[in-house]
Amino acid sequence: MATVSRPLAYICCTLALCAAGLSAAQDKDPTAAAIEQYRQMLADGNPAELYELRGEELWKTKRGPKNASLEQCDLGLGPGKIKGAYTQLPRYFPDTDRVEDLESRLVTCMVQLQGFDREEVTKKPFGSASYQSDLEALVAYVVSQSRGMKMAVPQEHPKEREAYQLGREIFFYRAGPYDFACATCHSEDGKRIRLQDLPNLTQKKGAQFAYTTWPAYRVSQGELRTMQWRLWDCFRQQRFPEPKYASDATIALTTFLAVNANGAEYAGPAIKR
Amino acid sequence: MRTTVLAFAALAMALGIAPVSAADTDPALLTKATALMEKDFQSRGIAKVERLKQDDVMSLCTQYRGALPADVAKRVQAEQMATIKFPADGKYMGDWKNGDKIAQSGRGATWSDKPDTVNGGGCYNCHRVSGTELSYGTIGPSLYQFGKLRGGPTEANMKYVYGKLYNSQAYVPCSNMPRFGYHGVLTEAQIKDLVALLLDPESIVNQ
Ligand code: HEC
Ligand code: HEC
Repeated sequence: MATVSRPLAYICCTLALCAAGLSAAQDKDPTAAAIEQYRQMLADGNPAELYELRGEELWKTKRGPKNASLEQCDLGLGPGKIKGAYTQLPRYFPDTDRVEDLESRLVTCMVQLQGFDREEVTKKPFGSASYQSDLEALVAYVVSQSRGMKMAVPQEHPKEREAYQLGREIFFYRAGPYDFACATCHSEDGKRIRLQDLPNLTQKKGAQFAYTTWPAYRVSQGELRTMQWRLWDCFRQQRFPEPKYASDATIALTTFLAVNANGAEYAGPAIKR
Repeated sequence: MRTTVLAFAALAMALGIAPVSAADTDPALLTKATALMEKDFQSRGIAKVERLKQDDVMSLCTQYRGALPADVAKRVQAEQMATIKFPADGKYMGDWKNGDKIAQSGRGATWSDKPDTVNGGGCYNCHRVSGTELSYGTIGPSLYQFGKLRGGPTEANMKYVYGKLYNSQAYVPCSNMPRFGYHGVLTEAQIKDLVALLLDPESIVNQ
């Protein structure tokens, strides 16, 4: 992976390569073409690295009322073990008696270890041009430590199996003024909204491609976006009310997507349009 | 019932696919998922939590994954047909140019829209509509040359398109297309402009 800095140069190169990748891959099937395009972009570097570095710094720095770092945070493989942790999330955690995704677990650690206030930490989870989100940076750092490893989200604990089933139900849940469900846009192969390809998230291939390339650096927004953000923005387009950050409903939906992606090599944080 | 669903889910998971072809789902599971969503969603702007409430059709389409048994489909279709309010003045066609603007706009009804945002139809999100706009989606069939291919603005055609836009599920139960008139997303005048877009021989759709 290229060394860091020069974010503007990255974006310019990325856009140029994006166009080249598209034309080269035009007559292959869309998923293969997209993966190839993504590989080419990554080879040149990804501004997500800047978030990873800031996240690593945040992870290791003593912060909060308890003046502690996150180095003892248990992401499921034991305190401080982050190598491969993302490939096994969401999972059941006995201490909270709850299935947690990466983002809810980071919040748990910030509350338990560092003494931060939960409300405070989750009030503004998504960054903007005028505001940096610590959670986005921490997520970038943690997921980068699973790159190249196979997705292996557990389904042993009854609550993990229940999360999958409830997530599946939420995926097909039609409501709102447009009668939309996730399934409206994501349950057939080869469909598009305008020119944006829609992965079929009910099939292994589509779920694997989508899940293993999130979180992602969004060139159009100039931000690293997390899985919680992805679901939040799709619910917005679905004309639903707003899902609460790192809530059980969003974790159940994430479990459904993650388990469907099992077996694929994790490749995030990716770079997207 | 519950064990069958679970066994099926386990088998499908072992095969590595999401169990989406189950004919129906465990109603207890849907009840639980609904309660979970009620707990975990909040109103924001114009997108209120009340939107989570399903009408009869929504919950049937969720439960059957969009594939209703024939008898249920027949009942649903008749019920949806009865909701359609055809124009009192008997006129179905408006201005196709206006219709194209409505078809292009995908705005409206999200929590980032204002209460006075004029809703679009988002038709290009899902359909090829004109021959010139190349940025179109493919969730629905192509509507390019719709009027030309269907015999133009006959009474029957105008009534069908008006009704289809008012309530798509009166014709195809569990259609992925929104029920624009039923939900009040589009006004009667907007729907008339869209009927013209599809059927007026002058419209870009029919060039
Ligand atoms: C109205 C259409 C629509 C609905 C409903 C919708 N999505 Fe999406 N989704 C999209 C579009 C369009 C994109 C691609 C966005 C882009 O490229 O910027 C997308 C992208 C995604 C991605 C990332 C795919 C990738 O390869 O980057 C995931 C994951 C996803 N959606 C999940 C969901 C889930 C889960 C739901 C239900 C909560 C949902 N979507 C509902 C339109 C929708
Ligand atoms: C979210 C996707 C979606 C949107 C948005 C949408 N449609 Fe559709 N539409 C469909 C699908 C799927 C079908 C095919 C199933 C059916 O007939 O209901 C369809 C069918 C149709 C048909 C019937 C075609 C036939 O051969 O009889 C017409 C007419 C139509 N749409 C017009 C429109 C117009 C006009 C708009 C915008 C106001 C629109 N649609 C918006 C998905 C959509």
